Amino acid sequence: MPELATTLQAPALGLRRALTPRFTRRTVPRALLYVLLVIGGLAMLFPFAWMVSTSLKPDLAVFQTPPQLIPKPFQPSNYSTVVHIFPVWRFLINSVLVAVISTTLQVGTSAMAAYAFARIKFRGSGVLFMLYLTTLMVPFQVTIVPLFVEMKYLHFVNSYPGLIVPSIASAYGTFLLRQAFLSLPVELEEAAFVDGASHWTVFTRIALPLVRPSLATFGVLSFIGSWNSFLWPLVIISSQNLMTLPVGLSNLQGEHLTAWNLVMAGATISVLPILLVYLVAQKQIVRGFVLSGVKG
Amino acid sequence: MVGQRGWRFRLIVALFLAPSLVPLVLFLVLPMFSSIALSFLSWDLLTSPRWVGLANYRGLLHDSEFHSALFHTLYFVAGYLPLVFVGGLLLALALNQQLKGVAWLRTLYFLPVVTSWVVVSLVWKWLLNPQYGIVNRLLGFVGVHGPGWWLDPGWAMPSIIFASAWKDLGFTMVIFLAGLQAIPHEYYEAAALDGAGRWSRFRNITLPLLSPASFFVVVISLINNIQVFDQVWVMTQGGPAGSTTVVVQQIVQNAFSYGRMGYAAAMSWVLFAIILVVTAVQLRLQKRWVVYA
Repeated sequence: MPELATTLQAPALGLRRALTPRFTRRTVPRALLYVLLVIGGLAMLFPFAWMVSTSLKPDLAVFQTPPQLIPKPFQPSNYSTVVHIFPVWRFLINSVLVAVISTTLQVGTSAMAAYAFARIKFRGSGVLFMLYLTTLMVPFQVTIVPLFVEMKYLHFVNSYPGLIVPSIASAYGTFLLRQAFLSLPVELEEAAFVDGASHWTVFTRIALPLVRPSLATFGVLSFIGSWNSFLWPLVIISSQNLMTLPVGLSNLQGEHLTAWNLVMAGATISVLPILLVYLVAQKQIVRGFVLSGVKG
Repeated sequence: MVGQRGWRFRLIVALFLAPSLVPLVLFLVLPMFSSIALSFLSWDLLTSPRWVGLANYRGLLHDSEFHSALFHTLYFVAGYLPLVFVGGLLLALALNQQLKGVAWLRTLYFLPVVTSWVVVSLVWKWLLNPQYGIVNRLLGFVGVHGPGWWLDPGWAMPSIIFASAWKDLGFTMVIFLAGLQAIPHEYYEAAALDGAGRWSRFRNITLPLLSPASFFVVVISLINNIQVFDQVWVMTQGGPAGSTTVVVQQIVQNAFSYGRMGYAAAMSWVLFAIILVVTAVQLRLQKRWVVYA
């Protein structure tokens, strides 16, 4: 046992130094670390602060020297202006609609399939689940062109169904929720089956309530994904009144290139809802990102 | 489990699976396979499709725009990955300490991750505005004449890389944090008893036991960022002077601006092949450096 031997032979001084908290040696680097971390944190916060600040500045103050963080005077009317010249409310409603519907569908369909894979023994279950996992590897850019062609045949191009239909199901959600269902003890449902309950009853009454944390994790992740999604809405939507916030915002910038206070007002409006979701469901979000590696 | 194996049982299983299986087949599996077929066609969606064999793939060999898009994509990944890897690792090490307010700092560093690429790109485009952006004006205060950022062909890609790394730093940070927190505390205590210094403990415990997290970060970042598009589209649209065109942008433009569906599909398969090869190489190399405790 080399470890024990070295420990026993270690000089008393070294041993003591290893076991006592080293306040004197650590205090200085720790303070430095703290300062660095706070500076870094400010570097994370500053772009957002500057976005809000710019959004509240009068047109010329945006270009003023020296630049000011606190706008003087405040011009909150930028928000009403941007809403007036651009259908930002419409974008917001579209984004909420699409995100809520596709999140609900994804959580629902994934939970059902996940329950079947985890709690029902049927032939081909293993193979089918492997196929689900395989689809996770296919990058979206491989399917986007044929998917568009398919939407064209279904007459879904430039429509709400076109926005939503490709995200009805989620292989990732099925995978995540299957793990959750697998962790439930068998005894729970056995009692119910003895009482004559069906799989549907067990699923809705017993299993679903027990995996609520996982449902929440996948739910917020799916919501953020939909809220921030850009490529597909950009491709499938051409009418302004069907655009979601990201696509609408990028168009706003294209049309009002130098009106940075208006562009930043639009950006602020589109960040606020997701910020709210983040502050409320931070734990689930971070857990979801760690588990999946998917990004907004 | 209920021991029914008749048609009723099959029906129940089907009812549970269908809501997710049918859409997945229709909108993922079917497009994927038709994408292969599509890559052998010449089709503008208006006239009827024409079989061209390998012509699309051969065309890619001589398409200089595609080649520069490939190069720019590589350039992006090569600049982005070291930044988020080293930055995320250092952040995680720092934020893994018992510091007051550490939870707040983590919240802050993760904030850009949940923000959309469009917002992040717009904000950075404004921050890096060559004339009125705050970055160049602050540089001006200390007497440095800032570059033209996204308006300068030489600086446009670095601008996109900075903005992207800023956004994703929090993502690699939480992956590394999760890895750090999975390392048993006893290892450090035993090493300290043995007289191992801080550097030695970091070198011999933290780094090897963090290798699965490092591996995950590298693989996922490569897969995700070879497909870089949103931030490029919003910040530069591939410009100035074509200095930031990337592959996914070429796919989108060929398919939806030039009506070259087959050509775009072929392009997407080349990119997919690159992703698969890069990932396969990672998986092979993994045995050399990843330690599973």
